[in-house]
Amino acid sequence: MSRRVVITGVGAVTPLGVGARTLHERWSAGTCGIEDGEGACADFDPTTVMSDKEARRADRFTQFAIVACEEAMAEAGWQDGLPYEGERVGCFLGTGIGGVGTLEANHQELLERGPGRVSPLAVPLMMGNAGAAALSMRYGLRGQTYGIVSACAAGAHAVGAAARAIQAGDADAMITGGSEAALTPLSKAAFEALDAISTVGISRPFDARRDGFIMGEGAGVLVLEEEEAARARGATVLGEVLGYAATSDAHHLTAPDPEGSGAAAALRGALRDAGLEPGDIDYVNAHGTSTPLNDRSETNALKAALGDHAYKIPVSSTKSAIGHLLGAAGAVEAVATILALRDRVAPPTIGYEEPDEGLDLDYVPGSARPLELSNGRPPIALSDSFGFGGHNAVLCLQAGAS
Amino acid sequence: MAATVTADQVEKVVYDALAEIGPSRDQLKREATFEELDVDSLDLAEVSQVVEEEFGVTLKGDDVENLKTVGDALDLILQRATS
Repeated sequence: MSRRVVITGVGAVTPLGVGARTLHERWSAGTCGIEDGEGACADFDPTTVMSDKEARRADRFTQFAIVACEEAMAEAGWQDGLPYEGERVGCFLGTGIGGVGTLEANHQELLERGPGRVSPLAVPLMMGNAGAAALSMRYGLRGQTYGIVSACAAGAHAVGAAARAIQAGDADAMITGGSEAALTPLSKAAFEALDAISTVGISRPFDARRDGFIMGEGAGVLVLEEEEAARARGATVLGEVLGYAATSDAHHLTAPDPEGSGAAAALRGALRDAGLEPGDIDYVNAHGTSTPLNDRSETNALKAALGDHAYKIPVSSTKSAIGHLLGAAGAVEAVATILALRDRVAPPTIGYEEPDEGLDLDYVPGSARPLELSNGRPPIALSDSFGFGGHNAVLCLQAGAS
Repeated sequence: MAATVTADQVEKVVYDALAEIGPSRDQLKREATFEELDVDSLDLAEVSQVVEEEFGVTLKGDDVENLKTVGDALDLILQRATS
């Protein structure tokens, strides 16, 4: 019998505010955190959790990760220290771009004041593994820790890989998630140059009028533990990672395979890994970026993987409430999914009004609705993420027994 | 130009740079050790950049490694700046 992986704590920093429950409750209430065409964490203050010096030694993406981790660990009951040997706890943290704000600021210094003014902190702040390294140092995580980089699939890859590390016996617990702080002039201009961003400043996944995604920033962090060890220490179990699969399109640098065959393979793989059939799925937290291409290919993939059952279950996108958090998205969405399952609710795809031809699933328009369960067990969801480069990662999550 | 650098000027530049990094102003005195100020090699690399810009004094890794107190740093910088 393989080792099972449970979720004992979640944390988030998103454009809806600090806190996983803030995200869950506001999104479920139909609140949108997007303003002026972007999902910024406008009121974020790192010094509520860390010293000025620690904040100074962390790029914004790392600061988000630390604040989200602090929340997740407190929920798991880890606030007074690790319940396991440090060597048995690792950290995989996803990011799309890492410390791009640090890179840009130092490049400005280089141009204006010369190479002698590039900060000695530039490299340790901007490296893609900086977030994982900061969490390792802050909390004494001495198991395997590294960054995971797969664009907008990074957060889901990190959670999936962390679950695997526990299943394989390499760790008894993992801190995992994703973080991104790319609302910087260079990365905004770069995404705009790709024609990936909504020109009207609205994130409305699956709607006929969708014209691109809205960039957001933030972090999602989860505490994963081996199930027996978590039970033995009396942990409250929020949910379980039942399955995980990842595939690649091998199709195009930025465009998804129109038929979504790679994505469908990942969805099937996650079901198979969980030992489930399509009919066991109660909810899908979609990648749903609000780009013309993604939402169509994702819909095709869901139909291919779930068959007729795809039409019978709610499919909604967190990005309708907070925009696209890039490398943090999959982790934030895993957090949102587990809380939605726990509360037996399908949050809405905010702004979805006009159906598009062929996009005919139940995208939960209007407002949240109760999850209808047929068999009395805690509800199960798929949360899928896809990244530039053709990366597909799918998590199968179940709420804990209440 | 080098001869015009005074101990007071060095102290002001170094204290300003350190205060920017973390220690509070009232912690900054000659006897304070970098260890108790929680100032490490990365911090001193930042201070060295400011010192180089202000006084044209280059502090290499070996120089910085041997500095235990704020006074050690002030003395070394003044000596280099005026020699």
